[in-house]
Amino acid sequence: MTPLQLNTTPFHQRTAALAQGHAWRRWAGHAVLGCYQLHHDREYAAIRSGSGLIDVSPLYKYLIHGRDACRLLNRIVPRNVAKCQVGRVLYTPWCDSHGKVIDDGTISRLGEKTYRLTSADPNIRWLTDNAGGMDVVIEDVSRSLGAVALQGPTARDILARVADAEVESLRYFHLTEGTIRGIPVTISRTGYTGDLGYEIWVAADRAVPLWDALVETGADYGLLPAGILALDVARIEAGLLMIDVDYVSAHRALIDSQFSSPYELNLGWTVNLEKGPFNGRDALVAEHRHGPTWAFVGIEVDWEGLIELYAAVGLPPQLPTTAWRISVPLYVGRTQVGYATSGCWSPVLKKYIALAHVETRFAAPGTAIEMEVTVEHHRRPVAVTVVKTPFFDPERKKAGAAGQRGSGAGDGT
Amino acid sequence: MTRPYDAIIIGAGHNGLVTAAYLGRAGKRVLVLERRHLVGGAAVTEEIFPGFKYSVFSYVVSLLRPDIIRELDLASHGLQILPLESTLTPLPNGDYFMAWGDHDLARQELQRHAPRDVEAYDEFGRLMHHMAMAVRPILGMIPPDPTSLSPGDLKSLLKLGKHFHDLGPERFHMLYRLMTMSSADFLEDWFECEPLKATKSASGIIGTFLGPRSPGTAYVLMHHYMGDIDGAFRAWGFARGGTGAISEAIAGAARAAGVEIRTEASVERVMVERGKAVGVALEDGTEIRARTVVSALDPRRTFLQLLDQSLLPDDLIDGLRRYRYRGSSGKVNLALSELPNFTCMPGPGAHLAGAISISPSIDYLERAYDDAKYGEFSRRPFMDCIFPSVIDPGMAPPGQHVMSIFVQYAPYDLNGGWTDAKREAFGDAVIDTLAEYAPNLKSAILHRQVITPKDIEDIAGLTEGNIFHGELALNQLFFLRPAARWAKYRTPVKRYYQCGSGTHPGGGIMGASGRLAAREILADWRGS
Ligand SMILES: Cc1cc2nc3c(=O)[nH]c(=O)nc-3n(C[C@H](O)[C@H](O)[C@H](O)COP(=O)(O)OP(=O)(O)OC[C@H]3O[C@@H](n4cnc5c(N)ncnc54)[C@H](O)[C@@H]3O)c2cc1C
Repeated sequence: MTPLQLNTTPFHQRTAALAQGHAWRRWAGHAVLGCYQLHHDREYAAIRSGSGLIDVSPLYKYLIHGRDACRLLNRIVPRNVAKCQVGRVLYTPWCDSHGKVIDDGTISRLGEKTYRLTSADPNIRWLTDNAGGMDVVIEDVSRSLGAVALQGPTARDILARVADAEVESLRYFHLTEGTIRGIPVTISRTGYTGDLGYEIWVAADRAVPLWDALVETGADYGLLPAGILALDVARIEAGLLMIDVDYVSAHRALIDSQFSSPYELNLGWTVNLEKGPFNGRDALVAEHRHGPTWAFVGIEVDWEGLIELYAAVGLPPQLPTTAWRISVPLYVGRTQVGYATSGCWSPVLKKYIALAHVETRFAAPGTAIEMEVTVEHHRRPVAVTVVKTPFFDPERKKAGAAGQRGSGAGDGT
Repeated sequence: MTRPYDAIIIGAGHNGLVTAAYLGRAGKRVLVLERRHLVGGAAVTEEIFPGFKYSVFSYVVSLLRPDIIRELDLASHGLQILPLESTLTPLPNGDYFMAWGDHDLARQELQRHAPRDVEAYDEFGRLMHHMAMAVRPILGMIPPDPTSLSPGDLKSLLKLGKHFHDLGPERFHMLYRLMTMSSADFLEDWFECEPLKATKSASGIIGTFLGPRSPGTAYVLMHHYMGDIDGAFRAWGFARGGTGAISEAIAGAARAAGVEIRTEASVERVMVERGKAVGVALEDGTEIRARTVVSALDPRRTFLQLLDQSLLPDDLIDGLRRYRYRGSSGKVNLALSELPNFTCMPGPGAHLAGAISISPSIDYLERAYDDAKYGEFSRRPFMDCIFPSVIDPGMAPPGQHVMSIFVQYAPYDLNGGWTDAKREAFGDAVIDTLAEYAPNLKSAILHRQVITPKDIEDIAGLTEGNIFHGELALNQLFFLRPAARWAKYRTPVKRYYQCGSGTHPGGGIMGASGRLAAREILADWRGS
């Protein structure tokens, strides 16, 4: 027979058993659940009030080891990797020679000469092509390493109880080694939800018992397995962008307007033009000098405006039930000034929010523009306001444990 | 008395039918004359063995212009193209390489063979997109002659020049590489996975007497890659009812437009009076007059066979002599009692609804070419196989199957010439090679039809059995197809036109030649 199946993750045995609606979705060539329950509401709520347990194994993961590991990464990414101490994690995009973003992910410094890079797309060719003449070994551990995100206000308590690791003192964008019921894990205080949370990295063959340990312990702390629909709402609230949805990889873009620079994606803060040469630097220097043409911003839909549009057809406002991932035009008067690429109703903020690309002159927070909405089959403009991201940014995201010193030394996200 | 014919089309291949349909739709009285008992030329379905329908010659379709499908409303005349999504390349070591249409599955398979190729695959796809976009305007364009100073040619050339300029240096240089390199070298620049390279490079040698390491084949590769970039990019499909269904649909559209189609009417010569074509004479002596005559045959037949050569200028005769056919492909069609069981992927499965390519490595293909270079058929040939009955159950009785095997190389000029014994030996080489990958094949064969280039010439009337009416090589494309100065569907004889695959943009079931020719003819009529 033909091996006609998408890859499954190391947690599949457990996740599949929980799939109430068999709502499988694709993520990086893997089958993962959109939601475990029949609707993602409670899974989202768990992320913001208890904990969501999210299988993030489909991420690509590369172990980069050797004398030149830092040199290689520093050549590839615009952030200064040399500043990343052992036990720290940094988020960064990376660019082609024209300064356009190829992908984004995290770099964890696991040891003096050892790093782990995560990415949304395969990067082995890009990494090896850039490593010419360097003393470095690049290992693709995407399939051998499982990863699960534990995200939400009770995440720390759960880990403190189940993990034999320095979790209570673990600061934002730091990592630590430890065990969970004897299973060796790496725990990083990172995530894609903008909440207090951790990602736990485990050998694929120990993934299932790890899952069990977390679920059992989490039972007392409002833990629910959460699928990527819930994750999508959380990441929009956190203002975090997504490849193929909010931008096109420079390796796949077909026409000029499809490429984006870090500046155009609101990731200018990751670009260190002083650190020395890196891919795309010359182009980014020039762009920095002239200023980018586009900005990536948050927008908030004017609630009264929406009510009026719906009232006109005799309905209460209708809201998207899941996060959307399509291009929606933004206008000032009759002129299109940008487009939103993902949006959702934020259950915690009770606001209709979206992430959007706008011409820079419309990027200042407070700028009033209009977004196209479809009200009973008719396209209508609704007033929206440019706002700062993250939309939702709870203090606990970066805060220390109760009784511990705050630990703001974060990543800037 | 009925109105005289505005046009006679010689040959009911798909291009001739397309020209006829467009002329008919323009209100003209059109007669199509076909030598065989059925229409379609190289695109026919025939029940050679009772109950089993063979796409005798051409078997898959990707280049058929979507504008033709729309404009002639071919769907309402029965055309339905079914998807052909994967290509399986079995390997001698028992493994396989599977090119899935699905992006995730394709990545999964590349990861298994050559992880670096996962990324290269996307980037190569993008490159091909850019190159196809760069060439596409040329396909829809009447080919300008770069040595001509006529305002029309100059305007077209300027447009082309601007187009190439707008590509920017990076893409222009890549196009240049594509035009000059061998498909093997071009693919080496991108990929590591050997069967991937070999299977892709096979597209660059189809219909040519060249090997994957011959310069110029990279362009041919892209020519096939181009498929339909207006819609589903690069998608191969299978016409429901076999390839003949395409011809039947076009013939249906032509008839609906009032076109008359006569089969078993072989044209012997074009009648010319005072430098103007005035009709045709059939082999049985019948003469039929018309205002215009259009040949849908290949250039050798169009010019050297149907016309008195004294009507042609020397340089054209020279050009036509240089124009190469060198047929190199054969075909084996099988009726099967059961599906082959491939050792590398046993049992039934989705792979049998796609293509099976016997192209394990570039060396394998190049060796197959070596045999042909010295006048022999390949002992272990390149093959592209499909199972039409898996895609369309109507092609064979329930539970039984047909298999279509396109084979290269089988040189037209075989040492000692083609004989019945040689034909069977060639068929045996094909089956023996396939049986190495699917051992039950031999015992499943109920009927076998082996077609050599000589047969292609004799049955379908394609000179030297070249499947594209002349090699699809850079030196005979665009303004050189079929010959310098006569690439615009006209001929030195007034009111005599050409519309077959031997004219720009070339071979394959594309219909573009037929459509562009109709456009030129109508323009001339409006002008006169
Ligand atoms: C074995 C084989 C496999 C192929 N595979 C594919 C494939 O899978 N996909 C693809 O896209 N292309 C394929 N091709 C190529 C494609 O089939 C041809 O390029 C295309 O069909 C040619 O169409 P045409 O209309 O230009 O000419 P033809 O189909 O050659 O039509 C010419 C017609 O003229 C008739 N004729 C000849 N002489 C006379 C005369 N004196 N009087 C009256 N009528 C005459 C012939 O009988 C024929 O019907 C293949 C070709 C062959 C031979």
